[in-house]
Amino acid sequence: MAAVPKAESAKWKMVSCDPDKCTGCATCEYICSLTKENVFSAQKSRIRTMRLHPLINISITCRLCTPAPCVTACPRDALTQSEQTGVIMIDDDKCDGCSWCIEACDYGAITLHPELKKVRICDLCEKEKDGPRCVKWCPEEALDFVTKDILSQKARIAVTKKLFKESMEAAGIKV
Amino acid sequence: MLGYAGRILHVDLSSGKIWTEPLKEEYAKKYIGGIGLGMRLLLDHSKPGIDPFDPENPLVLAAGPLGGTMVPTGGNGHAFVSKSPESFGVGEAKSHGHFGTEMKRAGYDAIIFHGKSEKPVYLWVDDDAVQLMDAKHLWGKSTFETEDAIRNELKDFYIRVASIGPAGEKLVRIACIMNDRSRAAGRCGMGAVMGSKNLKAIAIRGSKDVKVANQEHLLELIKIQHERMKGPAARKYRTLGTPENVLVLQKLGAIPTNNFTRATFDAADKISGEYLNERFVAKIIGCSSCAMRCEHIAVVPEGPYKGTTTRIEYEPLWAIGPNCGVGNLDAILKGMDLSNYYGVDAISIGGIVGFAMDLYEHGLVGKEELGGLELNFGNYEAMLEMIKRISLREGLGDVLAEGVKLAAEKIGKDAPNYAVHIKGVEMTGYDIRGLKTAALGYAVSFRGADHNRHGAYGPDVAGKVNRFKAEQGRGKLVKETEDLYTIIDSIIVCKFSRGTYFEGFKDLAALYSAVTGIEMTPEELQKAGERINNLGRLFNIREGLTRKDDTMPWKIMNVPIPDEGVAKGSFVSQEDLDLLLDDYYEVRGWTKDGIPTVEKLNEIGMEDLAYLVKPKRKAKEEE
Repeated sequence: MAAVPKAESAKWKMVSCDPDKCTGCATCEYICSLTKENVFSAQKSRIRTMRLHPLINISITCRLCTPAPCVTACPRDALTQSEQTGVIMIDDDKCDGCSWCIEACDYGAITLHPELKKVRICDLCEKEKDGPRCVKWCPEEALDFVTKDILSQKARIAVTKKLFKESMEAAGIKV
Repeated sequence: MLGYAGRILHVDLSSGKIWTEPLKEEYAKKYIGGIGLGMRLLLDHSKPGIDPFDPENPLVLAAGPLGGTMVPTGGNGHAFVSKSPESFGVGEAKSHGHFGTEMKRAGYDAIIFHGKSEKPVYLWVDDDAVQLMDAKHLWGKSTFETEDAIRNELKDFYIRVASIGPAGEKLVRIACIMNDRSRAAGRCGMGAVMGSKNLKAIAIRGSKDVKVANQEHLLELIKIQHERMKGPAARKYRTLGTPENVLVLQKLGAIPTNNFTRATFDAADKISGEYLNERFVAKIIGCSSCAMRCEHIAVVPEGPYKGTTTRIEYEPLWAIGPNCGVGNLDAILKGMDLSNYYGVDAISIGGIVGFAMDLYEHGLVGKEELGGLELNFGNYEAMLEMIKRISLREGLGDVLAEGVKLAAEKIGKDAPNYAVHIKGVEMTGYDIRGLKTAALGYAVSFRGADHNRHGAYGPDVAGKVNRFKAEQGRGKLVKETEDLYTIIDSIIVCKFSRGTYFEGFKDLAALYSAVTGIEMTPEELQKAGERINNLGRLFNIREGLTRKDDTMPWKIMNVPIPDEGVAKGSFVSQEDLDLLLDDYYEVRGWTKDGIPTVEKLNEIGMEDLAYLVKPKRKAKEEE
């Protein structure tokens, strides 16, 4: 499987979670399973929360890696990555639930559907007109639907604010 | 009947037998879930007059109909119900977190524990596979360690655990049941009942779908709730949290200090919500499905208790702090952490330590009985030491572990005058000498001293009534909030979200109907609230509680507030109390003795329990 051209991947938007804002409420899990499966079920959600400690909370879903290790790992060629969006597409006729892709994913972003025994990966709510529903419903606005470039830009803004905290305060600058 | 799992799990700890039965639709509609359903199941499955620690006293765990759904704060709660070893009436305690969600996913509306295990065990519920596991290696462990150990040995991080600590094992009467590390089913000694059964923990993993009746309508309702939760109705919980109360009550002269000796606290600024958030709060987190997030996680930044990390709310902060004269927030947070670690109700433990300090200062308990400990008000090191001794029943802690009421009886002399409790349950952080609507709510609460059965401090604190006056009309105010509060605890949403149900029963009924598919009008839901309040009362009547138990602590009725300021001189007289009780009983449709009439029970669909209020001879003749 050839790697997807980089020129396209720069435009891909992914669901990113800000752990400073995430409260571990799992609203993203609820709305995801409802959207995709018409039920409330953590196991059927394509995004999962992790609270390792009361102070450490995050939600995790597909990172749109490229080339994607899950695609490479699949022995049955059931997974392909959309060049347009970066979404990992699953061919249910080929997927037999062997879970090599689950092992290949460093982020735990792939789950096995408990009844269908096929893997499930975030598709960014492609069928919804206003983007991923978890982002829309997160009560803390901890989730964002962004390109990786914007992600790094956000980090730069945050670190600059931190570095220049004192002079900003002195000058009365509010950003 | 969606929303409900439709099943009740029975676990006989004596025989090891485990079985299920369907949840009756009649019970679902009449008693909703949570404490309502739990109390009805307790009444059905227990004999009158048994000791709370008798194996025949069942422990009921109940989820709510909204459990496992995305209804904000509604998806995650659970309640424990049993006969209380503190009040000897009905005991109930609710908790949130993630445990209740998992219970619903596993497919149970309630779990009833019967009997007593010969050896320490824990229950492992893995959907339909339910088994009792050896807990010998967990006995003596803290709640934190127990939770971690069970997740490790069952090899699944997402397993949810509710457990008791050493205090529950040792039948400390204020023992709680902890879940998700920082959440407690705290009041009424439910952890002691669990300990009496040799049941160390309940571990649950659920993978079943939770389906709702009207998905689209429910999402619309949830959207509305989300918006309201971002607004002023939930502001307090999202910002300073309940410790905001410290300075509010300080101003009103309503923050009990030194075991209700005074009603203002000199070091209030040092323990305020403002100071707490500025110096200690590291993160605010939320329970499953919550769109408010209130759980303030505080970390002690330096000093001898450095690194202590704990959830903190006003009530335990008050109990371990001002009630013990302690104005050192580092030590208060340590005390909170210890309470969770040993598994004791952090409100009642502060009540007991404050009581012991009062006895010490009045010479009713000496230094020699305390192994040299100087138990003066404000001595925070002694406060922390006493939390440990009571939790582990060491020294005088063994007597104090009985709760202030029973301990005072054992200590004798004037000790009962210093025991600040109602129905054997320690008081909470409102000085009701100057909050007379609240005073009535506290007096009639079926689970003993508590602000969470009625919220009747609301009109007092907000200045909607003359809080220093006992008068007609307060009975109606208390009844109305009681009916709402029992529904909040039965449908199980968070009390902190109460302000977001702008239309009260109407909003809650709409959520209930959208989830379950059972048509429920606001009027029917209000009636269910009334029914559940009568149910609590009926259980207590069956256990021998009467009007004389609807009373106030000695200090509340005999020592006027001494502090200079607005509240000075206020107390609740016997005349006040009688007037308030008469008014309340009348509004409730109860007799002068506080007993529901047969007519009232018929009116609210409780004919089947009328036998509990009929005089024995008359009941016999009718047969």
